[in-house]
Amino acid sequence: MMQRAVADSFRKLNPRWMVRNPVMFVVEVGSLLTTALWIQALLGPGEAPAGFIGTVSLWLWFTVLFANFSEALAEGRGKAQAEALRRTRKETQARKLRQPHRDAAFDMVLSSALHQGDVFLVEGGDTIPADGEVIQGIASVDESAVTGESAPVIRESGGDRSAVTGGTRLLSDWLIIRVTANPGEGFLDRMISLIEGAKRQKTPNEIALNILLAAFTIIFLVVCMTLLPYSIYAVEAAGQGTPVTITVLIALLVCLIPTTIGGLLSAIGIAGMDRMIQRNVIAMSGRAVEAAGDVDVLLLDKTGTITLGNRQAVEFVPVRSVDVRDLAEAAQLASLADETPEGRSIVVLAKEQFGLRGRTVGAGDDMHDGMHFVPFTAQTRISGVDLNGTSIRKGAPDTMTALIQNAGNVIPPELRTSVDAIARTGGTPLVVTRNGAALGVIHLKDIVKGGINERFAHLRKMGIKTVMITGDNPLTAAAIAAEAGVDDFLAQATPEAKLKLIREYQAGGRLVAMTGDGTNDAPALAQADVAVAMNTGTQPAREAANMIDLDSNPTKLIEIVEIGKQLLMTRGSLTTFSISNDVAKYFAIIPAAFVSVYPALGALNFMHLATPQSAILSAVIFNALVIIALIPLALRGVPYRAVGAAQLLRDNLLIYGFGGLIAPFIGIKVIDMILVALNLA
Amino acid sequence: MLALLILVTGLVYPLAVTAIGRVAFPHQAGGSLIRVDGQVVGSELIGQAFDDPRYFWGRPSATTPLPYNAAASAGSNLGPSNDALTLAVQTRVDALHAANASVGVDNSAPVPVDLVTASGSGLDPHISPAAAEWQVARVARARNLSEGQVRSLVAQNTQDRQLGFLGEPRVNVLELNMALDALQ
Amino acid sequence: MTVNGILQIAIYLIVLLLLVKPLGGYMARVYQGERTALGRALGPIERLTYRLIGVNPEQEMGWKTYAVAVLVFSVFGMLFLYALQRLQGILPLNPEGLGDVSADSALNTAISFVSNTNWQGYGGETTMSYLTQMLGMTVQNFASAAAGMAILIAFIRGLVRHSTSTVGNFWVDLTRSVLYILLPLALVVAVMLVGLGVVQSFSPYQTATLVQPTVDATGNQVTEQTLAIGPAASQIAIKQLGTNGGGFFNTNSAHPFENPTPLTNFLEMLSILLIPAALCYTFGKMVNDTRQGWALLAAMLIMLVVFGVAAYAAEGAGNPRLTALGIDQAATNLLPGGNMEGKELRFGIPNSALWATITTAASNGSVNSMHDSFTPLGGLVPLVMMQFGEVVFGGVGSGLYGMLAFVIVAVFVAGLMVGRTPEYLGKKIESYEIKMAALLILIMPVTVLGLTALAVVTGPGKASVFNPGPHGFSEVLYGFTSMGNNNGSAFTGLGANTPFYNLFGALAMLIARFWLIVPTLALAGSLVRKKRVPTTAGTLPTHTPLFIGWLIVIVLIVGALNFLPALALGPIVEHLGL
Repeated sequence: MMQRAVADSFRKLNPRWMVRNPVMFVVEVGSLLTTALWIQALLGPGEAPAGFIGTVSLWLWFTVLFANFSEALAEGRGKAQAEALRRTRKETQARKLRQPHRDAAFDMVLSSALHQGDVFLVEGGDTIPADGEVIQGIASVDESAVTGESAPVIRESGGDRSAVTGGTRLLSDWLIIRVTANPGEGFLDRMISLIEGAKRQKTPNEIALNILLAAFTIIFLVVCMTLLPYSIYAVEAAGQGTPVTITVLIALLVCLIPTTIGGLLSAIGIAGMDRMIQRNVIAMSGRAVEAAGDVDVLLLDKTGTITLGNRQAVEFVPVRSVDVRDLAEAAQLASLADETPEGRSIVVLAKEQFGLRGRTVGAGDDMHDGMHFVPFTAQTRISGVDLNGTSIRKGAPDTMTALIQNAGNVIPPELRTSVDAIARTGGTPLVVTRNGAALGVIHLKDIVKGGINERFAHLRKMGIKTVMITGDNPLTAAAIAAEAGVDDFLAQATPEAKLKLIREYQAGGRLVAMTGDGTNDAPALAQADVAVAMNTGTQPAREAANMIDLDSNPTKLIEIVEIGKQLLMTRGSLTTFSISNDVAKYFAIIPAAFVSVYPALGALNFMHLATPQSAILSAVIFNALVIIALIPLALRGVPYRAVGAAQLLRDNLLIYGFGGLIAPFIGIKVIDMILVALNLA
Repeated sequence: MLALLILVTGLVYPLAVTAIGRVAFPHQAGGSLIRVDGQVVGSELIGQAFDDPRYFWGRPSATTPLPYNAAASAGSNLGPSNDALTLAVQTRVDALHAANASVGVDNSAPVPVDLVTASGSGLDPHISPAAAEWQVARVARARNLSEGQVRSLVAQNTQDRQLGFLGEPRVNVLELNMALDALQ
Repeated sequence: MTVNGILQIAIYLIVLLLLVKPLGGYMARVYQGERTALGRALGPIERLTYRLIGVNPEQEMGWKTYAVAVLVFSVFGMLFLYALQRLQGILPLNPEGLGDVSADSALNTAISFVSNTNWQGYGGETTMSYLTQMLGMTVQNFASAAAGMAILIAFIRGLVRHSTSTVGNFWVDLTRSVLYILLPLALVVAVMLVGLGVVQSFSPYQTATLVQPTVDATGNQVTEQTLAIGPAASQIAIKQLGTNGGGFFNTNSAHPFENPTPLTNFLEMLSILLIPAALCYTFGKMVNDTRQGWALLAAMLIMLVVFGVAAYAAEGAGNPRLTALGIDQAATNLLPGGNMEGKELRFGIPNSALWATITTAASNGSVNSMHDSFTPLGGLVPLVMMQFGEVVFGGVGSGLYGMLAFVIVAVFVAGLMVGRTPEYLGKKIESYEIKMAALLILIMPVTVLGLTALAVVTGPGKASVFNPGPHGFSEVLYGFTSMGNNNGSAFTGLGANTPFYNLFGALAMLIARFWLIVPTLALAGSLVRKKRVPTTAGTLPTHTPLFIGWLIVIVLIVGALNFLPALALGPIVEHLGL
């Protein structure tokens, strides 16, 4: 990788490429000019000793090369990943169906001949030849080539798991797929080009920063150009010395213009995308990464993001005449065959609280020890068990109320009280009966993920508002929202309500980020400023989003925001560093440039640099080396901590502003001492 | 708009200020002139040139063609590193010592800076009490007065800082010299 | 430095600060069209003005219309002032019979006064008739100041309003600036100045009989002194209040008739910074967050105090070459001491150094001592104050909008450092804003450095230099710095009344004023269209000491970095060699 980066640094010297970066382009022009001056000095009387001009020129070239190297290195990391992806992208044979059903006739075609709208068949062991949507069948797919996740995923027609990616492998069964992307435009293709940075466009903040850097460059260009007439006048006024040489002026110019940030700017941008990729997030554009840093509202789905996917039983609440142990036992019995996580949690709770050893019973064994299990159906919305003439049932309060009344029993008033109390706290009540008489209520609760509260508190410190999106009723939603510590919630959310909420926030000037996977999320995803689609999501959702999370982990949004912020912070901090460096460089170069005219200016050389030549060389060398020294930081990014903006600014100013002021004094002095030690001064 | 502005700020406004000035502060508005027997002999605010040992000398003036040309105010504009400045100051120091010598006074005290540096306007009516004190012996000798007499005249023509803190204590040279003349 | 000297500076600053809130609040009410006491009295005149000039005060302008109005107004002002000077010989109110002003000088002066620079290549009492001083200088003192204030208000509206396209009506802002703010203040100050001894008269120059007659160069007896007078007080009041600075007399506020006592000096210094300082509060009031205004004022004040005290220290230390001659330069209660060349005794060192600092901090440019004769470091201070881009108070209006350009750059870099697209007062700072702010900051050093370079290598440029060595270079640099920043003060040794300096100076002044007005208004036009972003904990606060410090650093760095090499070849090397 290093070797290729070095080769690329030279390839990037092409002025047509360099001109995209005005700061480094100026350095390149300066390098060319000093090279010309060096040749002139070699051939005849030069403006300064050829050795001096040559050394300056050499280090100016290094400056350009180092900057190119940083960019090449950043690209290189992406390229390595892209290559791995490309390997999965080899030509395969595809069974193109003439009619979209399993037994239709097919033609064997190359994957590159598949176009949008074509329908093909894949069977176990095949590699899926193109991006598409499953229109028939269900199968498990190995998507590790794309996600790096080895566990297979289920793909089926209809619903939210219908999208397949070209290059992934079918493990079992078969699928009929309609092609959604033309050759070369598939997901993998786009990913490859994104990762390689081939189509990298400058992001808005990068453009603004480039303008500012260009302005600084113009100012310093004028500063250095006017120094020649000034020094000619000074020589006349002082009656001694020689005007400053072009070489020294170019050296001064290169030292003053913000080469540190200018050289590393594009590497920072690429590295930002790269950090996303390392977290298995593909950003469709740099603009999206940058916008992530600006997000101030996060819309988070409740289930899976804020709460664990499933509810858990947390309490048994018996009616007055019933012992709690009795209720627990009944509830456990009723749930023995219930394979749902809720059912499991009831068994576990009964075991933990009362030591009841529930026998494990499979759902299939509906006759066991005289037990007859009644499975949950959408019609009855009740499940339970019949055991030696005893019938135990559990279910939602409204259906169970009907069951109790049909059995001719009264509903104890405290049952209703318990049911209401549980609902109010955001829980789900399940009523349990034995032979049609109420025993009590099981309290099922949404379990808020551990540590999520602190994360939201962090986000609040960062100035980001969190909004929970849930299909629950407002009462339940409010209770969970309070427990999780989100700032707001949207209950009984419909896709329309989501879209409306996003628009409202945006009208208020806020930037909204959300995650989604379903087709019905697509409009909201398209509207959001930062939209992260789960890789398991549907094709429309993935199309509408500007980022795709290969891990399909909804909490990833928080990391995405941090990466966005890191990107901006790295640029800002290195800009500050670059500009504050100039102070020391002035103190190195100004006395050196004019001491022959005005010996009194030697007083400014308080670093006591050995000779004018060594002073100028030290500054130029420092300027070049600092680019190399900062490449790791540019690639890694300035670390982000979730503290308020004011504290962040203070810390970064201290490190990069004040540090940037001090570092070059030390660096230049050390380089000067080395030059002296090597007898080069 | 411009015409209106010219009318209001270019005519009405200065004329109004002039009218108020003429009614309320006729002396100040007219240049704080000093009249002796109805004849204008100067302004309280504008200095005059003195190089006779019998008079207190004011600040050097860089106006042209003559010092204290109140029709064309000017400073010397000599920079601190200009040899012409050091030369001019040395010449003034020599002239002050020569004036002392001409009446047989020897004053070896360092010359106060205001007595040898040109004022900004070239019309500065004041010198510092220190500069007056430096000249007391010479004026007294030249006029055959006691130094005490001269000193008390200086004191009478010395203004303290305005409101006790603003500006510098200062001696009005023209008024002091007129008081000297009036004494005899 | 003496205790009394520090005390004078401290009292000056305290009085200034006490006036900021009342005047700033009043100006905010004026510009927002709210009721004021003066408004009731002068309301009919305001309405009459609109009727006479045919303007509907309710009709708002987009930034382009606003800019065109400013430019048209200024061009006509320039033409009028030029014509007035060229024709003064045949016009009335010219008791001294002064002739027409030369073409290049008249052009320079016309641009100078319209651009609020008030650079004076000429000597007032020997060049300009009373009529020219009144109808020309005084009028433009009002007009250019009011235009600067109007542009600032338009800019503030760009920050305050959102999702719209208009920034106000130039004619209304101009009228209100003159009628409710500048005119009443000028009237009060002018009358006070007359009472304290500043001349205000239409009489011809007076003749006095000398107490000690003298002899001129040709040996003729000279018995009279001609005392130049004129309607000075009315012009001086507005020249200070409007940060114009163009004096009635050649030596400006060093002249005893313009500035006769320490008290008038205090009053004039107060007038210089009064409106620029109060506008900071007006700004805070109009953006509904006075902390923002105080923050900008604090940044300005800190720079002013640091540099003012530095100038005082340098001047108070005196000229080492005179010490070598045995001159007494030590400050005592009987002697001001220090470097007195070019200074008036009544003001002494602290008032001269403070004035030099504030007159260059604000783009005023009037002087009460000759900056050319300052010690190198004492002279470096006014030079640097201008090179910051006239944003430490700066011109009325123009100083604050210049400072806001620096704020945009400061916010941009700081915003990146906290990981967010930068925003100021809820407006996102994007590439267009940076482009305009960069233009605002870029134009000045390019103009100043470029023209200085041209002058020091061309014959006519070098011919005007008065002092030898690096000081001569400082004179040229100071001249173009002053004109390129619309300041107007000078190292007056530079003989600037030549075609070379008149023409290139005019160019610098035009660029400094009008090339900057357009990006400023464009910025306002872009900001006014933006949505307002709500403030959150992630928003960079722009009123904290940290941000104030950062803003100062940005101003210092951008100013110092641009000019350090030039300064090294001028005042710095002069100081080191003294």
